[in-house]
Amino acid sequence: MIGPGILEYEFFQNALLAGLFASISCGIIGSYVVVKRMVSISGGISHAAFGGVGLGYLFGVDPLAGAFGFTTVVALGIGVLKEKAGQNLDTLVAAVWAAGMAVGIICIGLAPGYAPDLFSYLFGNILLVPRSDIVMMAVLCGVVIFVVAVLYTQLQAVTFDEEYARVMNLPVTWLSLLLLVLVAITVVMLIRVVGIILVIALLTLPAATARGFAKTLLSMMAVSVFLGLVFSLGGLWLSYLLDIPSGATIILFATAGYVISLPFSRIAAG
Amino acid sequence: MIPAIEVKDVSFGKNGALILDRVSLSVMEGDMYALIGPNGGGKTTLLRIILGLIPARTGTVTIYGRDPREGRQMVGYVPQFRTFDFRYPITVKEMVLSGRLSHTRGVLRRYREEDYATTREVLKRLDLTGLMDRTLSHLSGGEQQRAILARALAGNPRVLILDEPTVYVDTPTAFEFFDILEDLKRSMTILLVSHDIGVISRHVTKVACLNHTLHTHNTPEITEDMIAATYHCPVDIIAHGLPHRVFGDHAEKEGQ
Repeated sequence: MIGPGILEYEFFQNALLAGLFASISCGIIGSYVVVKRMVSISGGISHAAFGGVGLGYLFGVDPLAGAFGFTTVVALGIGVLKEKAGQNLDTLVAAVWAAGMAVGIICIGLAPGYAPDLFSYLFGNILLVPRSDIVMMAVLCGVVIFVVAVLYTQLQAVTFDEEYARVMNLPVTWLSLLLLVLVAITVVMLIRVVGIILVIALLTLPAATARGFAKTLLSMMAVSVFLGLVFSLGGLWLSYLLDIPSGATIILFATAGYVISLPFSRIAAG
Repeated sequence: MIPAIEVKDVSFGKNGALILDRVSLSVMEGDMYALIGPNGGGKTTLLRIILGLIPARTGTVTIYGRDPREGRQMVGYVPQFRTFDFRYPITVKEMVLSGRLSHTRGVLRRYREEDYATTREVLKRLDLTGLMDRTLSHLSGGEQQRAILARALAGNPRVLILDEPTVYVDTPTAFEFFDILEDLKRSMTILLVSHDIGVISRHVTKVACLNHTLHTHNTPEITEDMIAATYHCPVDIIAHGLPHRVFGDHAEKEGQ
């Protein structure tokens, strides 16, 4: 068992804080991703983040900073093309998904030396999050909460019925792009916790589980944040007990939670 | 008098196919204007052009003399049923309140007391007060339809535009819905797209048939030549062998 003594270790405090900030932002933004059916777009954005990590290595920038810049550009690019591409969005997402990863692989190949913590970007390690990244996560989490608090009703209108929001002359295009940027921010925050490959699960599973028990978007977000905490801290504890990788354990724990919740959901599955 | 909605020579094409061919119509204030026609005939496309959601290739649309993107502030829109996700976690009250966003201002678009007051009135008017804390997914089809109408009415529209409002509800519910519209007709102009010729017949003031081109006599009668021009099939099949009498016949049955 983890004794109370472990809380005194900085790495463990950092892991708890990382879990907290990740749960808050993925609970909030993940709720939009689920209700607006942006799961595949978010998957594309998160995998493209690997390109940013690679660019970071190549140009000697912090890989997470590289990922932040790159995913934001990719998210905006998808948003702009989405307006024009129509039903080809699926293909577009697949292209961004693969091309982003390919950029990352080439950059890392070109970068001098060996990329020591590459594995942790791909699969995450909540126990290895440095203090500087915790500060960045706290700031990004604050940005997400602020933006959503200020624009809650408008984002609700746009994600519920985009066409009606346009008829009411809300700035739908801007709000949609903003939502994609918020997804990009959240993805970058989650990379440290579960890694690029698994980000999409932590972004969607708590929200998808919460949806079955929530009457309003706000309550869905609250339940989702709570579930995110349970999944990430519970998964961390399990991984410690069983001595297995933390990111993957968190995801499997979240998946189990989602599946178990389905029969109790107040909305029909599908 | 300025028409509530004026469509002049509007054409629209997609992927090389002409969907609307020089369509013109005028909806005057106080009209209940019905647009009927086969699937794929361009009805929804025409509504989307009127609402400024897509641009016409040629021709102009005005709402009370203004460009659609400005004039649509005066429009309440009831979109085709099930065009949005009914499992969205939103209560009836939240949904109806969101219809007030067209009246909010600034970047934040905060609701004011009058927005809440109007929402309460509309909920009461459509008999939704008891259901206002329910989620949309926990309503019957007819209740969902009233909730969508309530959102449109929350904006205090001068014009109400409805796209196939009764297509997914049963016939008694459809009749109830049209009774509500009959009541609304006194205070606003209504433009309505429908398949349901039988139900709309006794309510409308003007009817037009749209199948790429538009045919109307600006009267509530659907005549043989309109049907023939629109559906391109023998009139007696449509009219159950009673050309000209189809409307009157149905109206009598409904009255009983």
